[in-house]
Amino acid sequence: MEILHSWSENMPGLGPLWLSVKLGLVTTGILILFGTPLAFWLSRTRSHAKTIIEAMVALPIVLPPTVLGFYLLILLGPNGAIGSYWLKLTGETLTFSFGGLILASILYSMPFVIQPLQNAFESVSRGFVEAAATLGARPLDVFFTVVVPLGARGFLTAAIMGFAHTLGEFGVVLMVGGNIPGQTRVISIAIYDHVEAMEYGQAHALAAMLLMFSFVCMFALYFINRRWRHDH
Amino acid sequence: MTIEAGHATVALNRPGFTLDVDVRIPGHGVTGIFGPSGCGKTTLLRCIAGLQQDARGSVGFNGEIWQNSDRFLPAWQRPVGYVFQDARLFPHMTVAGNLEYGRRRARVAPELASPDDITAMLGIDHLLERRPAQLSGGERQRVSIGRALLRYPSLVLMDEPLANLDAARKQEIMPFLERLHASLKVPMLYVSHSLDEMIRLCDHLIVMDAGRVLAQGTLHDVLMRTDLPMLGGREASTVLDVRVLDYEPQFELSRLQFAGGEIVVPGRHGDRDFPLRLRIMASDVSLCLERPQSSSILNILPAVVESLQPEAGGYVLVRLRVGSVHVMARVTQKSSMALNLAPGQSLFAQIKGVAVKSFV
Repeated sequence: MEILHSWSENMPGLGPLWLSVKLGLVTTGILILFGTPLAFWLSRTRSHAKTIIEAMVALPIVLPPTVLGFYLLILLGPNGAIGSYWLKLTGETLTFSFGGLILASILYSMPFVIQPLQNAFESVSRGFVEAAATLGARPLDVFFTVVVPLGARGFLTAAIMGFAHTLGEFGVVLMVGGNIPGQTRVISIAIYDHVEAMEYGQAHALAAMLLMFSFVCMFALYFINRRWRHDH
Repeated sequence: MTIEAGHATVALNRPGFTLDVDVRIPGHGVTGIFGPSGCGKTTLLRCIAGLQQDARGSVGFNGEIWQNSDRFLPAWQRPVGYVFQDARLFPHMTVAGNLEYGRRRARVAPELASPDDITAMLGIDHLLERRPAQLSGGERQRVSIGRALLRYPSLVLMDEPLANLDAARKQEIMPFLERLHASLKVPMLYVSHSLDEMIRLCDHLIVMDAGRVLAQGTLHDVLMRTDLPMLGGREASTVLDVRVLDYEPQFELSRLQFAGGEIVVPGRHGDRDFPLRLRIMASDVSLCLERPQSSSILNILPAVVESLQPEAGGYVLVRLRVGSVHVMARVTQKSSMALNLAPGQSLFAQIKGVAVKSFV
């Protein structure tokens, strides 16, 4: 991480990459942290609210990024419901800042983290949960000693999907974040910029980097999934 | 019935199924819950374990209330050891990890059997490093029994632990269960639809059908309830608990003592005072008015007729008193008329065959 950061000081092309990686890591971390209880609840509940929440979580998959970005711009702007509150609290605006970008990414990548987690939790047989309970494990204990280890593949899928998807976002960032170097100029924006400025060389370099990185992510995902299936 | 340690009075409604039972849980020994598939045996066990949150009613054990109208103790707080039909070993842990799981969470550190004793008794000490996927069905079920026992429960619940196993695997596990029966200090509820398993393992019996309890009491008494369809007819039998008296090597016969006298069976079955359980099919008992002087049958016991119950197919079930126990005989209607059988009559029962059920 530190190495990447010091490189980015010297090599201007790496700045946007580092920003993208940082955004991906923070977004994925927050989504796993808060998405896990939500996904677990969705996997176990019989509440009627389940369907509504599932539909809301899935919305970013079908929504054009511009629509999501537009609403976020309004909501996070200095006069928006969240943006004005943030401004009062910190004295800074949420739009066109890294913080705003994180918020936008969380919403945008949510389904890619929640859905694998929910699937993983649903695939953990109730039988094991019951067995753990009759062995004296309280619900939180059961969750960490039985549900999480048996759903570990789901966590891995969620992390890789969330991270890779955040890395590839463009439309939402453009709407909410703009193009501020070191703040909101992530790799996909930088590529767009270079193409606009006819700097095809730099665009090539960044695009190839993103392509390779995405392939490695997907390869890792399928590779680990396959090994896992053989183990269990 | 013996001193009871608990009760379960539970009701549960589901589309197409209603459970409505009131059972007493004896304070020691194995209590069988017997009945056809789908009669609610497993559901009853789940209600006692706290796995059925939609059950209404009350459950109590050892003076503690596990459930009533304003209290529902969650499963993890009930000191039960549950053995599931499908073992349910945690696939991400080794056998040792599975065994440890309940022990680390046990409420008290008891002076019951040590972990080493339990793994040795179940014959699983050589499997500790393996994963559940590497075990045979029989081994998996033994580990599952060990895991439940190492939770040091005050009540063991077993849900058809042999149901998913083939005949050979059943034979593999049965001796462990019988050994458990002899050494277990806490009561056990054992669900099965096999009468043979019940007769080998249980001291008490609860008979269920269609979500209701038809009979409950000691095994011996309940088996006398020939009015119950699953216990009458060809299945009608008597269970006797006996002790070994001696062995005659010359004839390879064992003399056994029970509360109604003595009985002789082929083969050697242990030393003096060794406890055994016998099952005598009612159709293997014939009756004669005088003691037969020359008969190939070894076991001829004086008996008194207590009651007669005609059965379909031209048979009569005769309930006899032999000493202080009951024995059932199944004879044809014709023989019954010929002998002029009536309650209070003294006669002799000839026992053609005896099955020794406990090989500990």
